[in-house]
Order: sequence, then structure tokens, then C-alpha cells
Amino acid sequence: MKDGGHKIEHRIWNPRYEQMSQDELAQLQLERLQAMLQRVYRNVRCYKKKFDEIHFEPDDLKSLSDLSRLPFTTKDDLRDNYPYGLFAVPLREVVRIHSSSGTTGKPVVVGYTRNDLDTWSELIARIMTAGGVTADDVVQIAFNYGLFTGGFGHHYGAEKIGASVIPASAGNTKRQVMIMQDYKTTALVCTPSYALYLAETMEEMGVDPKTLSLKWGLFGAEPWSERMREEIESRLYITATDNYGLSEVMGPGVSGECLAKNGQHIADDVFIVEVVDPDTLKPVGDGEWGELVITTIHKEAFPVIRYRTRDISRIVPGQCECGRTNRRHARIKGRTDDMLIIRGVNLFPSQIEDLLMRIEGVEPHYQLIVDRINNLDILEVQVECNENVMTDMVKELEALQKRIEREIRELYNVSAKVRLVEPRSIQRFEGKARRVIDKRNL
Amino acid sequence: MKVKQISVFMENQPGRLAAMASCLGDAGINIMALTVAESSDFGVIRLIVNDFEKARKILKDRKFTVAETEVLAVEIPDEPGSLGKVLKVFAEQGLNVEYMYAFVSRRQDALIVFRFDDPDKAISALKNTKVKVLTNEEVLALVK
Repeated sequence: MKDGGHKIEHRIWNPRYEQMSQDELAQLQLERLQAMLQRVYRNVRCYKKKFDEIHFEPDDLKSLSDLSRLPFTTKDDLRDNYPYGLFAVPLREVVRIHSSSGTTGKPVVVGYTRNDLDTWSELIARIMTAGGVTADDVVQIAFNYGLFTGGFGHHYGAEKIGASVIPASAGNTKRQVMIMQDYKTTALVCTPSYALYLAETMEEMGVDPKTLSLKWGLFGAEPWSERMREEIESRLYITATDNYGLSEVMGPGVSGECLAKNGQHIADDVFIVEVVDPDTLKPVGDGEWGELVITTIHKEAFPVIRYRTRDISRIVPGQCECGRTNRRHARIKGRTDDMLIIRGVNLFPSQIEDLLMRIEGVEPHYQLIVDRINNLDILEVQVECNENVMTDMVKELEALQKRIEREIRELYNVSAKVRLVEPRSIQRFEGKARRVIDKRNL
Repeated sequence: MKVKQISVFMENQPGRLAAMASCLGDAGINIMALTVAESSDFGVIRLIVNDFEKARKILKDRKFTVAETEVLAVEIPDEPGSLGKVLKVFAEQGLNVEYMYAFVSRRQDALIVFRFDDPDKAISALKNTKVKVLTNEEVLALVK
């Protein structure tokens, strides 16, 4: 709702799937799940092996509750099958490939058939409509267009609803502001922290956000807070909604808030979302916090079964005022692993460790300091200076810092500041070293 | 002809330099020449001391990261123009001075430390000049 003024108008992109009765949805989910299990059992060796180990055949799945008999899929499974091991169709049927970072070294590669891309656009059309966007809007997508799913994912969904799409991609912030002014952007799609950075840049440039045409902001790809939403809305004069997704299951579009801003509606005709206790791995009740576990039931190229997202959330019980019947989950509260999200890019400390170990002479004594300065995530990598790399020449030590910075940027698409520190200045904790100090206060 | 220089890695933080100096002082080590090179994040302290091995061991025991480099200690007359003459010799030979700094000494002549990529080449360049390159022993004798 803008400025608390006018009445909220809820629009629904696809009433057939977004307002299904519970019975109808359960039937659709069961049929799609059964069909998907048949396909992965036939086509994906890794899943067949997992099923065989527990003496499970796709025909054994008689009801949705049988899904909980199946083993989880983890990021390690995806990495171990790099690059195409989990594809359920031949590569000739794949028309798009994206990837995201893995826990160490190799990324996770995901593929899409033509039908998958249609499904994806459909899901984005839903969350965009839920967030207020219509065919009359001018949508500026300030997510990176590339292997990351943010840019292309939103792009085709925005086109599908008939909006005018500006594929601005990430970065070049002053140009982004100029585009907003001149092209009369009405909807902004990016990470929430970048939205605040844009607000800051406008201030610096002397651009009054009130004079812009902006109405809607659709933000995702990193955790944020209600406080941040309020700040974005009041500084940019927009209605800001949260959406969620991860490339392992599709990309953005898994769920998104409607204008009621009370939980993100899950596309449960495409995904079955479970919430489990991350320690016991047993399902928790509606309303209780736990880890989201996602099964794709309507995806051809890269289906996943019970994928452990590591994202902590809970189901919001009850019906939403918007008229959608889809279940909702709350804002992502955190993660069950040590993955960092730096300006929307995923990074595991183990990836930095890997990289350091490959650089001759450097020992993997490091610490990551993450902070948010002027609404931009800043990553500092502290590396101990040891005798192998020590020299009397400052320029050589600086060159080493630069080299590590360059490799982090090239390999992981994250810009970091590398700082050599004295040995033992990195705190050693009993047992596990504390690798990450996250000073960001969301 | 070459002198051993010890370099110490140091974060730009108050008290670090003092910690290093006092641990050398407590061990009775005399700092004969010293220079600090810094970047925005850290510094490298380069030292010529009267007991290299002992200084290195003490610093390592105290968890300082150290490096060893061979440098030239050169004696030149303490008068206008003499530094220029020496530098000209190096320039003519295509020798690049990485860095240089001066000794603390009570002698008549000035003592300069030079760091070259190839110190041996620098020594031979000075052979037919009046400039004197000091040996390690001659440098150590300075403190007595």
C-alpha cells in the first residue's frame, strides 16, 4: 500500500493455480510427483541408486505423505554430479544453462528445457503480479544477467505479463538512476541492499526519488528485514515486496509476497515445500521454524527431490486476504550452514579456503569479515602473512593481496578486499576456527 | 661484502613497533639501522642488527613473521655530491636501487644501505671506484 493512502488492489495472474481448492491441489501434486519420480528413476542414476538403497520404487508412492520416505538431496549431491549428472533429459532438450556456487570449488550447474523456461516465466509473472506489476509498468531489472538466475529469470516473467522490460543488469549505479529518471521506470527488481544503495546514490546525485515514477519494488536473493523494508519504502516512495527462490530448484519465482505483505505465496503446483527440523530432519508443524526442503514436481531438465535449501523459515498458517489459496512461508530468517550472501552472490568460507590453498606459500589461516557500509556488502578476507610469502618488499606483498583479490573476483564473482595480517592475529577458537565475522545488522 | 638485513611484517596498529623494539632491546640486541616501508594496511620494518641470528630467533619466538635479505652497506664521504656519484655508478650499469636508507653511526663518513635485485652485480660495479663496500664484520665492528 502506497503511503498508507489508497486501498490495496489484489490482482492474481493465474487464478486456476493460485486459487485451487486444497483437494484439487493435493491431487495435482500427487500426479505430478508420481510422474516426476518415474522420470528421475529412469533417467537419473544418482536418484535411482538412492531409491534402490531404500528399496523404493516410484510405484510405491501412493500418497503425498510417502514423500517423506525419500532421502534428502543436498548441495554435496549436486556438486558430486557436476556438471550434468542430475539432468533428467538429454542435453539436446536443454535450452538454457545457469549455475550457482557450490560449497567448494565447482559450481552447481542447472538446466532448463523449453517447457521449464515457460514454467519459470509463469512463476515470475505470478510473483510480479502479486507485487503490483501489470502490463502498464516499466520494469527495470538490476540483477546481473548471466549465469546467475536473477537477471534472466525475472526478465522473461516480466515480458510475459506484457510489462516494458529494461534489462539494466547489475552495477553502474548512476546510470541506473539516469535510466529511472529518463525511461520513467515504475518497477525496480534487484536485491534489497542494492535498492538502498540506489536511494543513497540518488541523494548524492541530487535526485529526489519523489520526482521519479517508481511505484513497485520486487526484492530478493538475500535475507532482509521488516526494518529494511520500511526504510526502502520511505526512501524510494514505493511498495516493496519480498520474493524467494534458489537456482537449485529453479531460480527466483519459488514464492513471493502479495501486497498484503504477510508471507510469501508458494507456487505449490510446481514445488512441494516441507519444513523440517535441521537437526532431527523430522517435519515441524505449520507455524514452526525449520529448514525449507523443496521438491520440484513440474520441472523437466533438472528435477530435485527433497532438496535441503538450508534456508530457515516457517509456514504462515491461515488464509491470506488477497484471495490466493497457496500456502505462505515467512521471510527467510537465516541459514543452517555457513553460506554467506554477499551482494546477492552466494559464498562459502570453504571456497575461500580452497582458493588460498592453491596459492603457493599461503596457508589457509584466514578470516572473513562481512560488513554493510552505505548499504553495500563489504567483504574483507584476512590472510596471515607467513614466512613463505614474507619479503622485505612491500610491493610484492601488495601484489599478493591483489592476486588473491583478483582470483576471488574471477572465480566467485565477489569483490573482496584482501588484507595480510600478522600470524596469530586471527583468533583461534578451541575446536573449530571462527572463520566468519558478520557485522551486518539487518 | 654483503650484510644480512632482517625484515619484520607488522600490522598498522599502535604498539606493534614498540613491542618489536622492546623484545629486541630486552635481549640486548643493538639496532644499527632501521627503515619502515608501509602500505595502507601493513608495514615492513627492515633492520640491520648486531646479532642477526639471535634477533631472528627472538622475533620468531615472539610470532613475528620475518624475512632475510642481503643488502650492501656502503661508506661514502659525508660531503655534498658524494651520494650522487655513487648513484650515478649504479645508473650507468643499469642497476635499479630497490630502496636505500642511512645508518646511525659516529664515524666521519656516511653509511648507506642499498637493496638491489642483484647485489653481486652492484659490488662489482663499485670495484673500480673509491666507494667502500663494508663487510659484515666491518659493520658489526661499528657498535664497539
